[in-house]
Amino acid sequence: MFENNPFNFPILSLVVFFPAIAALFILFFVKKTDEDRVRWLANGAALIGFLISLPLWFAFDAAGPQFQFGERYEWIPSIGVEYNLGLDGISLLLVLMTTLLGFIAILSSWKAVTERVKQYYVFLLLLQTGMLGVFVALDFFLFYVFWEVMLVPMYFLIGVWGGPRKLYAAIKFFLYTLVGSVLMLLGILALYFAHHGATGEYTFDLLRLMETSYASGLQFWVFLAFFIGFAIKVPMFPFHTWLPDAHVEAPTAGSVILAGVLLKMGTYGFVRFSIPLLPEASREAVWWVATLAIIGIIYGALVALVQKDWKSLVAYSSVSHLGFVMLGVFALNTLGLEGGILQMINHGLSTGGLFLLVGIMYEQRHTRDIAAYGGIAKVVPKYAALFLIIALASMGLPMLNGFIGEFLILQGVFQVDWVYAAFAVSGIVLGAAYLLWLYQRVMFGKLDKEENKSLADVTSRENATLVPIVALCIFIGVYPKPFLEKLAVPVAAIVERVSPESAQTAEAPPLPAEVEQELRGPAPVPSDD
Amino acid sequence: MNSLLWLIPVLPGVGAAINGLFGKRLGKRLSGLLACGSVAASFLIALGFFFTVFLAEGGASARVEQSLFSWIPSMGVDWAYRLDSLSMVMTLVVTGIGLLIHIYSLGYMSHDAGFSRFFSYLNLFTFFMLNLVLGANMLLLFIGWEGVGLCSYLLIGFWFERPAAAQAGKKAFIVNRIGDAGFIMAVFLTFVTFGTLDFYGVMGQISASEMHGGVLTAIGVLLFVGAAGKSAQIPLYVWLPDAMEGPTPVSALIHAATMVTAGVYMVARSGVLFSHAPAAMALVATVGALTAIFAASIALFQNDIKKVLAYSTVSQLGYMFLGAGVGAFAAAIFHLMTHAFFKACLFLGSGSVIHTMEHAEHASGGHRHYTEMQDMRNMGGLARYMPRTAYTFMIATVAIAGIPPLAGFFSKDEILWKTFEGGHFALWALAAAAAAMTAFYMSRQVIMTFWGDFRGGAAMEKHLHESAPSMTVPLIILAAGSVVAGFVGVPAALGGANRIEHFLEPAIYAGGHGPAPIPHASYAVEYALMALSVALAAAGIFYAYRRYWTGPTRDSALAGSRAYRTLLNKYYVDEIYDATAVRGTVRGGEGLFRFDQKVVDGAVNGSASLTRLSGDLSDLSDQNLVDRAVNLVAEILAAASTRFRRLQTGLFQNYALLMLFAVVLLAGALTLWS
Repeated sequence: MFENNPFNFPILSLVVFFPAIAALFILFFVKKTDEDRVRWLANGAALIGFLISLPLWFAFDAAGPQFQFGERYEWIPSIGVEYNLGLDGISLLLVLMTTLLGFIAILSSWKAVTERVKQYYVFLLLLQTGMLGVFVALDFFLFYVFWEVMLVPMYFLIGVWGGPRKLYAAIKFFLYTLVGSVLMLLGILALYFAHHGATGEYTFDLLRLMETSYASGLQFWVFLAFFIGFAIKVPMFPFHTWLPDAHVEAPTAGSVILAGVLLKMGTYGFVRFSIPLLPEASREAVWWVATLAIIGIIYGALVALVQKDWKSLVAYSSVSHLGFVMLGVFALNTLGLEGGILQMINHGLSTGGLFLLVGIMYEQRHTRDIAAYGGIAKVVPKYAALFLIIALASMGLPMLNGFIGEFLILQGVFQVDWVYAAFAVSGIVLGAAYLLWLYQRVMFGKLDKEENKSLADVTSRENATLVPIVALCIFIGVYPKPFLEKLAVPVAAIVERVSPESAQTAEAPPLPAEVEQELRGPAPVPSDD
Repeated sequence: MNSLLWLIPVLPGVGAAINGLFGKRLGKRLSGLLACGSVAASFLIALGFFFTVFLAEGGASARVEQSLFSWIPSMGVDWAYRLDSLSMVMTLVVTGIGLLIHIYSLGYMSHDAGFSRFFSYLNLFTFFMLNLVLGANMLLLFIGWEGVGLCSYLLIGFWFERPAAAQAGKKAFIVNRIGDAGFIMAVFLTFVTFGTLDFYGVMGQISASEMHGGVLTAIGVLLFVGAAGKSAQIPLYVWLPDAMEGPTPVSALIHAATMVTAGVYMVARSGVLFSHAPAAMALVATVGALTAIFAASIALFQNDIKKVLAYSTVSQLGYMFLGAGVGAFAAAIFHLMTHAFFKACLFLGSGSVIHTMEHAEHASGGHRHYTEMQDMRNMGGLARYMPRTAYTFMIATVAIAGIPPLAGFFSKDEILWKTFEGGHFALWALAAAAAAMTAFYMSRQVIMTFWGDFRGGAAMEKHLHESAPSMTVPLIILAAGSVVAGFVGVPAALGGANRIEHFLEPAIYAGGHGPAPIPHASYAVEYALMALSVALAAAGIFYAYRRYWTGPTRDSALAGSRAYRTLLNKYYVDEIYDATAVRGTVRGGEGLFRFDQKVVDGAVNGSASLTRLSGDLSDLSDQNLVDRAVNLVAEILAAASTRFRRLQTGLFQNYALLMLFAVVLLAGALTLWS
């Protein structure tokens, strides 16, 4: 059964399950030894996966109903579980980012992965399905299934194809997120039963669960359970220590997906579930969530500053950036939420890009030690230029995507409390410091190490992974309107639920003069006060 | 005509993109032609606006506006340009002087391997600078503001193989970002207060209301933090002297004529706001005057030809802020314009000297470090070999020293007079003393560089020669400008009409009106002050002549003096910043990283070990005591708690069991419920 679906076709299911189908095809019909065929098929599947998601962008009606391309079937009727998918502007951006980064990550692995090639691509494609499912599931149970499904391939990607401490990193990643999931499940069940208590209906349908207003005590505990689940994923300080390990040990594609998409599930969880379902608890949590976010911003940046390993520097920068996202989201106003959500995409692009770039050097030199480089801009000028643009996007330079996101976040936060904004702004200064210092140490200075003199510049395959990212960074930075427009309706819905008073004062698009006149009645008499 | 406005900033942007992407393939001729051509086209369009709009139909209060597209719809911010008289003056300075410097660079960079990369950056800079001066709202100004900072970073570090250049570029960027943090906070506060970021919208609301002080002071102070970063004022000036590591045309364009004056422009652009925030104004004026004398005192004894000019620039920017801070916004912009001529001339002249020095050193087979080639102690007598460079340099020196009737006299004296007239006598005294110092250090520089005997060695001397016309012609044009640019601002006391002040006023007061004119004291006081400042300048020049005509030896006699060493070492400010702010931040990062590994992660690993321990214990006690079902639970605990490495196999059972556990819980709860 379709809802608001102009295609009259289960397009979301197709987008979500296409990578899994391709994975099964490769698993059963391609020989393990036929590595090149596996590569071609996996890359082709990922590209098609991206292409079939593109119609969503063009068919999505930014002014239409919040959820579009809906599909709804009964799944486990005895407990009210439905197969219920739908896409709003928030999901739309995340889905497209996932299909794009998924393709880029798979393309980047062509030469990097030489062991167990078939399994590697199968896992990457399965992971893709899990992540896409998370972003389109509107049934809480279904969401949970996708959420868990995604953990398994990621665990193997780190544990099998990772660096020297891969097992430690993989298990740490798994246990951490598992703890979060279990608490989240408890929270879901609590809402499920509370909703039944209020209405007599068993459902996991997010929109119906939102119709009940839950008691403050329950809201608090469920918020806390969700918080731990999502905050681990984000990750927020002090739940972040799995991230540097997982990032550093994961293969390049794993890091790209991890930073680009997986971390966003945490922030997405807050935006999609915690805040709309638990508005009262969310409002009350602002001060401590914002405090943790600010600690994350500054702490992540300062720790990034002193890293000697190229990849862990980027990993800690994620802690800082995701702090910005959380801060914006928990401003609970239009600008903060818009900025926070846009910044999820921006971080996916810029940090994904940085990991790709680190991977390109790692493939050649097999070291991520910053001190092993120096002066390489002379031998790899194109690489240096691409790196610079993506680093500048990451530090939020105007006319690049990061600026728009950070600016909106900080403007939104400033409206809540200027003190939060003042602290967070210091993260922007530090962001420039750690990235430019990295750039200086790697690219500039004398080319004094023999091994670096024969480095190869970006190949055309590597260009194909980086150029789309750079192009999007510039596009969003110069003309963010198409992206922000898509967010207007869902963000307004969230603000309406969580801070109705601010929703009324937020700037509405100007009405035609005669309509406004009609609404207002006769022209007011100017008063003196 | 009006619809062409967007081309002024965009043309150099297109030039930058083409040179950046295809520059190497274009070859030097085309690449240089493209870069200069795009700026020339912008300059011509700007002139077109000037003559057809501002000097004809619209007059000084004309405004040309063009909105390209809705940029951030949720805040109602458009990508929009606006040309008013203030922007007009800035645009002409940026494109006009920018064009001369582009042309000069054709010669200066002709042998550099990164030729097209250089021009791409230079064009990109021009693009951002024009966004800065033409942006109709604060956010577009900020785009330009940070963009020029980026280009400054790229151009300072242009010769990135020199570690000092890479370091200086980074320092400039980060110090500027500290200022930018203040600026962006001002933007937030402005939006929260006024609901718009459009300059005319904000200034109009302020004029229309009775607002005074309070939030306006906060915005003003925050804006000035940004200005202090970009325009190198105390305490954020430290990046500018280091920025001299960049190629000299960059120093002329970015670090003298245009970018560093952006702070002054921004304060003038917000003139209405500052006029309603007297506390912020007092801060601007005080910092300006202190910077003027502080930087001038450092410049007294520097030996690097570019460092002298760098500190001189910091000092002159201090004058501009002093002017703005006492409410003489137009005088500040006037000085900005005249300074652009003579300081660009001085920098390009020093570049011509360095260029020749390096070539001569190279031709004579020497391999001294590039800093030696910029040391004035190795120069002397160059006027004989490069007369055009020498005489244009001297004209610009007379202009900056404030000798009438050259440009610097009118603009600097206007600031001094307005300071005195406003009753800020202490600030006036500081600025007057700085003027005497300026005359001294600039004359010292001229004498050490161009007069006396050459001190760089006989081998080198044979190869000294005048620079190519592409370099000397811009020098001559700029020197001519240094002579005549002041005539647009001849004060009433000298029978002039102060045309530039009247031209700028409609923009600075954004449709409102300026402060009421102070009842005019008799011209006698103004004449006396003028005579005094000319006498101070003459004294500075005369003392430098006495001291250095026979060579720079008399400085070596001072080597033991503590005051001399303090000045030579720039009051040790860099060392102090390094020991406190820079070290502190890195130490803080290191401390937090240890905390992260030991405490935060330690807690994680510790709780794992603890679980393992409790698992082991319960395993031990429960083994033979409980039935099979309970055993299963104990196994979960045991599995979850074995050392991470050994856990790998047990984990999936554990996981599956937890899932199962949850489903059982669910099913159980359901049956109970129904």
